[in-house]
Amino acid sequence: MALKTIAGVELKVSEDGYLDDMSQWNEEIAKEIAKEIGIELTPKHFEVLNHLREKTAAKEGLTIRSVGKSGIIDVKGLYVLFPKGPLKFSSKIAGIPKPTSCI
Amino acid sequence: MEIKEKKPLEKVCLICAKGSLEDVYASLVMANGAVMEGIETNVFFTFFGLDGITKKEMNGLHTATTGNPAMRMPGGLPFPTMLGGLPGVESAVSSMMRKQMEALDMPPVDEFLEMITAGGGKIYACKLAVDMFKLKKEDLSDEVSAIITIGEFYEMCDGDRTQIIFT
Repeated sequence: MALKTIAGVELKVSEDGYLDDMSQWNEEIAKEIAKEIGIELTPKHFEVLNHLREKTAAKEGLTIRSVGKSGIIDVKGLYVLFPKGPLKFSSKIAGIPKPTSCI
Repeated sequence: MEIKEKKPLEKVCLICAKGSLEDVYASLVMANGAVMEGIETNVFFTFFGLDGITKKEMNGLHTATTGNPAMRMPGGLPFPTMLGGLPGVESAVSSMMRKQMEALDMPPVDEFLEMITAGGGKIYACKLAVDMFKLKKEDLSDEVSAIITIGEFYEMCDGDRTQIIFT
């Protein structure tokens, strides 16, 4: 664990930059993490991020397949929003733990 | 001085040469995993592995119930080889395996191929094997980019952070 100041808030993050406590997340934090990765967030991004946060809060495992079937976005669209890290980058920006799924 | 700079993988090239359920899924899981990590991915299907991208076969792959020492009964008891040879047993075991995989959100083969290409992964069929099994491009999944020779596949495997994986 390390401490990192994101969007003016000092937050506990894992070694690879995932928030330790998802409840500390807000949209400004999301924007700053996304900027670091090189993604500019649109309302569509936030729809996906909120979906990921809801599923995580409900303790449901996430896979790109399940997100692709959520009705919010398909798998291809997910890759367009979060290039080279459809689950990894989206989870990081959503302030939830690093994904543990292989799919 | 010790060099600590990380050199992440940039490209993986997978070769799937066997057509059992577990062999094809091993290739698909690794290919999809690479695409999800942002790694450039090429998968080359050859010999019996072609079943994994043949429309007629790909969603009905079997796992071997004979000659498979790791096969167990539900509950963990050894699976008698004699039983595995009875008609219908291999089909039943294979469909049970597919159900268990589905429960873990592992998609059927056709959907898995779509997921890989959705992220930019490329699927290829081996020309020699396609000719040998007398298949045509239209017999293969629409996700297959091209039928190519092994030489052409090797040309795609350039770069010093590239790995070739044979399953």
